[in-house]
Amino acid sequence: MSPTDQISEYRRREQSITLSQVESGEDTHDELLTLNFGPHHPATHGVLRLLVTLQGEVVRSIKPVIGYVHTGIEKTAEDKAYWKAIPVVERMDYLSYYFNAMAYVGAVETLLEVEVPKRAQYLRVIHLELNRIASHLIWLGTSALDLGAVSIFLYCLRERELILDLFEMSSGQRMHTRYFQVGGVMEDIPPGFVKKAREFTKIMPARANQYRAILDANQIVLQRLRGTCPLDAETLLGLGVTGPLLRAAGNPWDLRKAAPYSSYEDFDFKIPVGTVGDNYDRFAVRVAEIYESVKIIDQALDGLPEGPHITEDRKVALPPRHELATSMEALIHHFKLVTEGFRVPPGEIYNPIESPRGELACFVRSDGSSKPARVHMRDPSFVNLQALSHMAEGSYIADMIATLAMLDPILGGIDR
Amino acid sequence: MPDATGLELIANELRESEGPEAILSTLYFRGRATLEVAPAKIRSVLASLRKRGYKSMMSVHGVDYYPHEPRLGVHYELLDMVEVDRITVSLRVPTSAPTVDSVTPAGADGPGWPTADHQEREIYDMFGVVFAGHPDLRRILMPEDYEGHPQRRDFPVGGEPVIFTYNEHASQGIGTVGGGTPTESLR
Amino acid sequence: MEIKREPLPRGTQPAGPRGIEIDSSALRVSGHDSQELLRGAELHGHNAPATLEGKELERYVHERVLTTTLEKAVSWGRSNSFFPLAFGLACCAMEQFQTAGPRMDIARFGFEAFRASPRQADLIILAGRVSIKMAPIIRRLYDQMLEPKWAISMGACCSSMGVFNNYALVPADKFMPIDVHVPGCPPRPEGLMHGILKLRKLVQDDPEAGWRERYGAQGTEEISSGTQVEPGA
Repeated sequence: MSPTDQISEYRRREQSITLSQVESGEDTHDELLTLNFGPHHPATHGVLRLLVTLQGEVVRSIKPVIGYVHTGIEKTAEDKAYWKAIPVVERMDYLSYYFNAMAYVGAVETLLEVEVPKRAQYLRVIHLELNRIASHLIWLGTSALDLGAVSIFLYCLRERELILDLFEMSSGQRMHTRYFQVGGVMEDIPPGFVKKAREFTKIMPARANQYRAILDANQIVLQRLRGTCPLDAETLLGLGVTGPLLRAAGNPWDLRKAAPYSSYEDFDFKIPVGTVGDNYDRFAVRVAEIYESVKIIDQALDGLPEGPHITEDRKVALPPRHELATSMEALIHHFKLVTEGFRVPPGEIYNPIESPRGELACFVRSDGSSKPARVHMRDPSFVNLQALSHMAEGSYIADMIATLAMLDPILGGIDR
Repeated sequence: MPDATGLELIANELRESEGPEAILSTLYFRGRATLEVAPAKIRSVLASLRKRGYKSMMSVHGVDYYPHEPRLGVHYELLDMVEVDRITVSLRVPTSAPTVDSVTPAGADGPGWPTADHQEREIYDMFGVVFAGHPDLRRILMPEDYEGHPQRRDFPVGGEPVIFTYNEHASQGIGTVGGGTPTESLR
Repeated sequence: MEIKREPLPRGTQPAGPRGIEIDSSALRVSGHDSQELLRGAELHGHNAPATLEGKELERYVHERVLTTTLEKAVSWGRSNSFFPLAFGLACCAMEQFQTAGPRMDIARFGFEAFRASPRQADLIILAGRVSIKMAPIIRRLYDQMLEPKWAISMGACCSSMGVFNNYALVPADKFMPIDVHVPGCPPRPEGLMHGILKLRKLVQDDPEAGWRERYGAQGTEEISSGTQVEPGA
């Protein structure tokens, strides 16, 4: 059994190791070693491949190679009715699944010009902020694991279990819950959800204080994060980087405050902003965001209005089951919505929201039928990854690992 | 977003500075503004918009307008952080001549938009739009020797019939390495 | 490298890998568990073991009764100390983390030593969707693992195509042999644990009934032919 004889140029290049030479002082040469941080690596946060050119321990150039978890989600979503595309789109950035759904559902709602009831907006905010905390917890756990602090990982997973319990309570699923639907949320929260969420918000700040107590006072963490790989806001803006990375560099751009969507203007919260833009600032900004998210959840639970949990427009949202027994129109609506789905008037929309990693936007083009003609997610990790080489070139490998951790890339969103 | 009249003002100013054939049409839909430009003028239009304050490019993405010609569209999303204003610039190229000037590198008309680097590579990979002047145009998501542009609407979605125990002897079995050309469907 | 296959006892009728005759129409009606089929359990009152003779009967007995205590001890040890490969692809990796987390603690079974290097691991849990770019790499990882090795395909995407039946994915069965498929999208930690415990039971009770039996691939183990490398050479 012989492998195919014609190996393409690309594959031959893949299998080679390059060693080049560079001048470094009189009559001496340093070797530049190109090392492959392969897709299977414990520290690359998913299947990211980095071609790192090293001069000694100093990184000279980084070339990320992605595509190892490319799933053709955008193509698959074109094949499905609008509401059937929600689970497909949720699985892109697999840590912030509610955000993917929110961007997509918000785009479709704008196209349909359908109003989302206030209660649904507040429920969405609660789940979005819970998801933000969960995403930051995994980030914190895996980053600390990269730096060597193994126990933080388990503490963060313990908190995340509480959040996943809340998700399971409201929708039945821990991840990829399909809870956000076009026009609102799938179901109203069960009794006991508010109580359990309040228990969570009561203990979460104390737990976050515990993490800070371990990490912020730890010399190893401070030395690895302080002053390493800073990047100024100008360059970051040119690279299109948004989110905690930009806020760490001093630019307080947050779509929840700048262009509020889904009732975010009703809540009072602060935006943590860094000063220097090094790894420590990125770390501190994200940890501070956990506290702010807890505040938002508390305010949303306090002010949760009564009302429907999904739009009353029967052409878009399923009628409640008890109506199906009595009303003929409800039955017909239910039938048409489930089999064909609603039709969206033709148009194109770009809907941006603020996800834990930056600006997550969904571009939906509809052609008048019941299936979207193009769904594209502007994923923040995909754009933020371009900043890695600017950040880490000229620093040590260890700093590059720390920077990659602080960059918080999610390969599902990068590769889609 | 600039409102409808603001959009028309911008369009007229751009027509004056770049030439009447630069802006093909304007569209104001659901509160969002879109300018359609001629593909040859994209760099200069974006440079002018940058001078007007739209300093951040948030997204570059491709669309396939099959069966309407010209088929391939590229959309550029610009953001003005100071005024919190967004504007979309779109262009369309046919599949027979899918070449567009890349906006990534710096040029005579100003600094480029470095954020478009990976995004233009993705459009090349998925749709086949060739960006002239791009520093490193190769496939980014699919393997580099892949043939075809998957997100075009006439490219099949693909897929495999699921292997159960009753048909597993009919499958290709162990030892076959995937990768490279698209996987054949099971017999 | 030749793959030896048992010659089928009957001509054209599809037979199970044990050489036992299967009534295919019975399969469709009753939706039998494929495991039962592969192990030749009794179906529909046919006393399948009673129809075995000679070599097939020997093999049947051997598979069900471990003849030596040493083998039993070794397989007990192997099953209780899998070293999983730290390998997460996509969303299922997040649930894999939760399985290793404090609530559904994988360490109480003995499996918390996630190794980064495939040479030191014996269980690969494919957690997530396998794209066509990643498939040859996973195959290479699997080849680098040392015998005995097992594979669990976690989640719907690698077992079948999952939610995304399209051009970009490969089901894991196409390029590497899998012992246990765990369904779910993503499977709960309890689900993954159930799959791992099933694998543990398989290794404890019947270490020979791995994928090589199912695919008829005896003799494909890569064992070095005995040339020893001298220390210091």
